[in-house]
Amino acid sequence: MKVDEIIKAQDLPIKDFDGIIIGGGGSGMRASLQLAESGLNTAVISKVFPTRSHTVSAQGGITCAIQSDDPEDDWRWHMFDTVKGSDYIGDQDAIEYMCSEGPKAIFELEHMGLPFSRTEEGRIYQRPFGGQSKDYGKGGQASRTCAAADRTGHSLLHTLYQANLKAGTNFLNEWFAIDLVLNSENEVTGVVAFEIESGEIFYIRSKATVLATGGAGRIYASTTNALINSGDGIGMALRAGLPVQDIEMWQFHPTGIYGHGTLVTEGCRGEGGYLINKDGERFMERYAPNAKDLASRDVVSRAMAKEILEGRGCGPNEDHIKLRLDHLGPGVVHKRLPGITELSKTFAHVDPAVEPIPVVPTCHYMMGGIPTNIHGQVITVKEGVDSVVHGLYAAGEVACVSVHGGNRLGGNSLLDLVVFGRATGISIEKSLKQGSSLKPSSNEDIEQALSRLNKLNASKEGKETDELKKEMQDNMQNNFGVFRREDLMEKGIKDLSNSREAVENIYLSDKSASFNTARIEALEMQNLFEVAEATAITANERKESRGAHARDDYTERDDDNWLKHSIYFSSTKTVSKRDVNFRPTTVQAFQPSERSY
Amino acid sequence: MSATIPLEEVKTLTLNIYRFNPDKDEKAYMQDIEIEVPVNKDLMVLDALLIAKEQDTSLSFRRSCGEGVCGSDGMNINGKNGLACVTPLSEAVKRNKLILKPMPGLPVVRDLIVDMKQFFDQLEKVKPYLITKDEDPEQERMQSPEEREELDGLYECILCGCCSTACPSFWWNPDKFLGPAALLQSWRFIADSRDQATEERLEDLDDAFSLYRCHGIMNCVSVCPKGLNPTEAISNIRKKLINRKG
Repeated sequence: MKVDEIIKAQDLPIKDFDGIIIGGGGSGMRASLQLAESGLNTAVISKVFPTRSHTVSAQGGITCAIQSDDPEDDWRWHMFDTVKGSDYIGDQDAIEYMCSEGPKAIFELEHMGLPFSRTEEGRIYQRPFGGQSKDYGKGGQASRTCAAADRTGHSLLHTLYQANLKAGTNFLNEWFAIDLVLNSENEVTGVVAFEIESGEIFYIRSKATVLATGGAGRIYASTTNALINSGDGIGMALRAGLPVQDIEMWQFHPTGIYGHGTLVTEGCRGEGGYLINKDGERFMERYAPNAKDLASRDVVSRAMAKEILEGRGCGPNEDHIKLRLDHLGPGVVHKRLPGITELSKTFAHVDPAVEPIPVVPTCHYMMGGIPTNIHGQVITVKEGVDSVVHGLYAAGEVACVSVHGGNRLGGNSLLDLVVFGRATGISIEKSLKQGSSLKPSSNEDIEQALSRLNKLNASKEGKETDELKKEMQDNMQNNFGVFRREDLMEKGIKDLSNSREAVENIYLSDKSASFNTARIEALEMQNLFEVAEATAITANERKESRGAHARDDYTERDDDNWLKHSIYFSSTKTVSKRDVNFRPTTVQAFQPSERSY
Repeated sequence: MSATIPLEEVKTLTLNIYRFNPDKDEKAYMQDIEIEVPVNKDLMVLDALLIAKEQDTSLSFRRSCGEGVCGSDGMNINGKNGLACVTPLSEAVKRNKLILKPMPGLPVVRDLIVDMKQFFDQLEKVKPYLITKDEDPEQERMQSPEEREELDGLYECILCGCCSTACPSFWWNPDKFLGPAALLQSWRFIADSRDQATEERLEDLDDAFSLYRCHGIMNCVSVCPKGLNPTEAISNIRKKLINRKG
């Protein structure tokens, strides 16, 4: 059965597994490792060879209180920073779990062979990152980010792949998942997916399905994200009638290379680099007198955008900022930041040890996602009440557990991946040992998951992917960027609404079966579009400024009305509110207060 | 990706691309695709391919990060293997022509996409993971900065395949000679102060083909997009093997 035919559910061959993980990045491979080591028949379904996943691009490090730089360091200080960084809508039970379990997860990575940089004592090297403090914000800057030079994501992803090889995980590499299969009880029984090379299509049936598909930064025209970051898991969840949470919260990283978008790690500022405007002024001293260039990312990005808007940008068009590293000397730059040296030379044509790097705030990370509990179980909300979706889990950037709330701290995404990838694996193992049983899906249920592929294959005319994608990306860039306001957002929402029919009926001119990348891009575009529309509608609904969501028309944080998660369903295009968790189990909850750096 | 940047002053560039679609082509052929590129901005080869794909959506190639770290878009660019996303047109284009072919020595799946199974099979043979015999400590294992430095130039490999598919010894014996990428990984673990399987790793390599088919041609070094040196890694393993016998 091949992907270029009109396919009937009853003809579809079946593959069976105990657990499947959709996505071969950091969270997916940490979950699969846990399952494979417990002897379960586990498969990773990845649309690219796993080490091509976007985790590979993470640079600066993984934040965790392992007490190498400071023997007095405390995971509770890390928890405080993360709660404050989230602008108080991160769930405190989840943040507590991440920060306290973190050290165990880091040491496991080291035991697997991750080539961390080292201190003179032989321990893991830690560097300062933005938004980090000692003693609950009172003890000055902390150095809590564990690093493998500036190639931490590469090192982590390759190490996890290596560990999975050792553990005997099954890899379905270069397979594309189209849609989840649900049964009549709305439990998830697997996924319809095809092998990209041959075009052979299957119903992959599993007792547990994990979405680990990563982010969706490609909804914006300018992003640090890989071309594959198309929000596939978000698209699948929304089409399955499940909600997304806080999806309006998009992080703009302060330092994307001007004109290209390539990321330059916050570790540059951690190592002592700083930002300057056209007058050569170190302007962050005005916006964040204490933390300066190491304030949290939302604060730094807004300051940069303001400098540019007020005419103090660099270059002939005064449209970017410069990042200075040359004062650190070639020793530090080349030793601690070798990858940045390489990227700056390639994409900005500057050697950062000699000249500053031109940078602009660039879309980087999706704080929102599919709501889960700390065991990775997906949560849906019915009439204000949470319930678990049986058979379905999510971890990593696609999930919203929520440890990042309105703004993620640098170095916390890699920690999120390994801690919750691992937690998801552990909870699936437990649930399968207790003997989970899901009602089988009917042919009609499977038919549902085949419908968009069949529609695409039957398409005879209409707009093609590239045109629709460009329209959407420009719309998001212009109307849902660093600063937002109602009139522009409403225009953006209307434009999206006008494109929906064309997106659902994309025209695919080349219908061949084997390694047809045009078919994949069309399916990805439909996923991106779901993320874009969810972002747009929810951003307009949240009538306040919090974390990365900064509005010109509602400039203040509104705790009375919006100390809440947003919940969005695409079927009704409605936004509701969900309580933030203020119930950590071993410490007192941190109460909202004014956020300054 | 610069494909969305408005093109101001443009010039025409001819891409001469290897085409093969197993669903309809009996055999492969070279096709000219003309694209417009800006005069005053240096695009990457990947940008040129993305522009070409807008004209002909059936053109197939792998790509992901666009910044030379994921290793997806290894291909043969005007006769030399490299990553499309970090090879500027100013370097690659000769006489206003850019010839793009799949990496040599592996079966072609479609257009610029090769079947990398053989490459990954050889990688798996070197047991590319840390092997330890002692119990894991509660915290991290200790490693001095000097010991860690031994891994520089080794751990950065992105498995793009540029080196092995540029190696004549790998072309001749892709099933028996492990190839530069796999051997670099082998040395990455032998050189790691934390690994405790040096002896069995060396034993596995001690036959006529696995390692000794390297004749020091050094194509691997000249094409590696990360500036790594597999030939040196191979010669380090060789020395260990010789000392072991002595």
